Amino acid sequence: MSSPQGAPALVLLLVMLLDFAVLGTTRLSTCIRAVALQGLLLGALPLLLASTLSAHVVVLALGTVAVKAIALPWLLRWAIREASVRREVEPLVGFIASLLLGAVAVALAFAVADRLPLPELRTELLVPVSLATVIIGFIVLITRRKAVTQVVGYLMLENGIYLFGLTQAESVPFLLELGVLLDVFVGVFIMGIVVFHINREFDSLDSARLTELSD
Amino acid sequence: MRLLLLCALPLVTALLAGILPGARSGRVAFTRLALLAGVALAHAALVGSLWVTPAPAILGGWLDADALGLIVLTVVSVLFLATAMYTVGYLQRETPRGGRLFVSAMLIFLGATTVVSLSQHLAMLWVGMEATTFAVAPLIFHRHDRRSLEAVWKYLLISSVGIALALLGTFFLVSAQPEGLGRPLMLPDLLAHAEALHPAWLRAAFLFLLVGFGTKMGLAPMHTWKPDTYGEAPSLVSGLMAGALTSCAFLCVARITQVVMAAGLGSFAQPVLIGFGLLSLSVAAVFVIGQSDVKRLLAYSSVEHMGLLVLGLGLGGVGAYGSMLHVLNNGLAKGWMFLVVGNVVLATGSSAAAVNRGLLRTLPVSGTLLVLGLFAVTGSPPFGLFLSEFTILRAAVAGGHIWIAAIMLLLLAVIFVGMAVLILEMALGSPEPGTVPVREGGWLVVGPIALAAIVLMLGVYIPGPLNDALTRAAVALGGRAP
Repeated sequence: MSSPQGAPALVLLLVMLLDFAVLGTTRLSTCIRAVALQGLLLGALPLLLASTLSAHVVVLALGTVAVKAIALPWLLRWAIREASVRREVEPLVGFIASLLLGAVAVALAFAVADRLPLPELRTELLVPVSLATVIIGFIVLITRRKAVTQVVGYLMLENGIYLFGLTQAESVPFLLELGVLLDVFVGVFIMGIVVFHINREFDSLDSARLTELSD
Repeated sequence: MRLLLLCALPLVTALLAGILPGARSGRVAFTRLALLAGVALAHAALVGSLWVTPAPAILGGWLDADALGLIVLTVVSVLFLATAMYTVGYLQRETPRGGRLFVSAMLIFLGATTVVSLSQHLAMLWVGMEATTFAVAPLIFHRHDRRSLEAVWKYLLISSVGIALALLGTFFLVSAQPEGLGRPLMLPDLLAHAEALHPAWLRAAFLFLLVGFGTKMGLAPMHTWKPDTYGEAPSLVSGLMAGALTSCAFLCVARITQVVMAAGLGSFAQPVLIGFGLLSLSVAAVFVIGQSDVKRLLAYSSVEHMGLLVLGLGLGGVGAYGSMLHVLNNGLAKGWMFLVVGNVVLATGSSAAAVNRGLLRTLPVSGTLLVLGLFAVTGSPPFGLFLSEFTILRAAVAGGHIWIAAIMLLLLAVIFVGMAVLILEMALGSPEPGTVPVREGGWLVVGPIALAAIVLMLGVYIPGPLNDALTRAAVALGGRAP
């Protein structure tokens, strides 16, 4: 693997650091700030990677920032306020163990990405960082108890998929826009959290309490 | 033109049903129900016409009714027609909030499943599957209580993770396609240049698409949303999901299997499919025993049948034919059973076995259909499911997988016993003293009777054109006709 260079590589490293910020933090607001910042970086990447600046790329970048860095984090904060969620993360797996799992995920992502052949890319970090973000998002999704943190995990999973889509953005138009469709789910989930709240029978947003239906 | 109409008609009328004025006194507007039934009829008529005279591909080949798609589209259309008739009776009995959203969501569901069935572009296929997820969410949440909220949350969370993984798999498939060899993600182009696809990426794409769409199918171990969702959703919605939605998700799995087989990676894909199939059968067998709620029982039966579908696909040969026939049988039989259970729930307010005894006496028509349905869904002759399950079993024996055949038979027997205990208890038992037979409205029984008749027919006679389509589909999946 040749040494990664330039701005895209730096941005991708930051994206990966933010994955770890979410894994390690005890505060919900830090989680949300981290995915918002990740959304901002994701918006910048199409501009940095494009060979020529077309209107399409600019619109994609602006749209990504508007949805991932502004709208969804704002909705998440609104849901926390509206549903008066407690501000701690409450993991099912401890923070140290989560960070270790994250490190394993990164190692795995680099190992897998090394074996998968890709046409020449601007930066070789794109595929490993994408896979690592997908896996870490999945870890957050399944090891955190609160519905809000699960949404954050899903958002990271999606961000990872978006990064992978960047590898093909030039050859297949509108591929990345499919990822934005997934963001609709996130919006629905956040609405769902507030509906939970309105449905007064739920006195906590702990999804581990959603256990009435089981065998 | 007909293909475009098939996709557009439900979507446009969904909009119309949303803006039609509601009737006074909380009843569902007659116009809205007439619209639902009319669209279902028109859709079924158009699908019927596709069997008589094939329609050319449109939109640059993005929409085409090939054999696989046409079979799934037929399941969707027939099941929807039966369910729409049922809905006319159902919404007159139970109508929170006038049924405006309910009818619109059903029509959007029909449109989205039609797009999935006809789609030849794998990104459009994915968009269609995502749309079905959204369309059924308000249907599951119909009762707006705590339990249905929990069910819809579980369903949305688990299936959207599945949908996300399927999107990643779709991206992997783009990476597998060498530049300049055909249009990206177009199925015919993928198949034409299958040999040139990059094997490592194709394997990764197959696994992610299988797990992603397998989640939507409800294959074990991604099936955990199924009992809760089917248990809490209105029965007719559970029927549409177990019959139509899962068939569409299976079609997605079949599409990527088509590509993998054409690329000569069958030896990689087939054991994975067989593994998921046997695991689903085992999970169903374990959880069917001791169930106390008939809707949850049917949900595990659905896990079983999803397992059989991928098992047939994985065994190849005549198994592929068996799977395609099973799509048809399972889809219609699940609709039949859930609609009948819907009648039970309408009469007694519960699907728990404990409060439903002696159904043969209290609900003569539905009770009889329930008992017949028990034999149909467990694959007893003379129903269609016997034929398709037998074909899959033959594929296992012919392929030299005696152990797989033995395990399959054993698990099917366990599932039969588990289901029979619960359903016969409900049908025979003695009803609460003083209960009188309930009048079952015509709208509520015509759908399940029609579905039962078709499933019975498929067990004794497969029409020529259908046999041709099944054969073509089996060949496309790397198999053959028996």
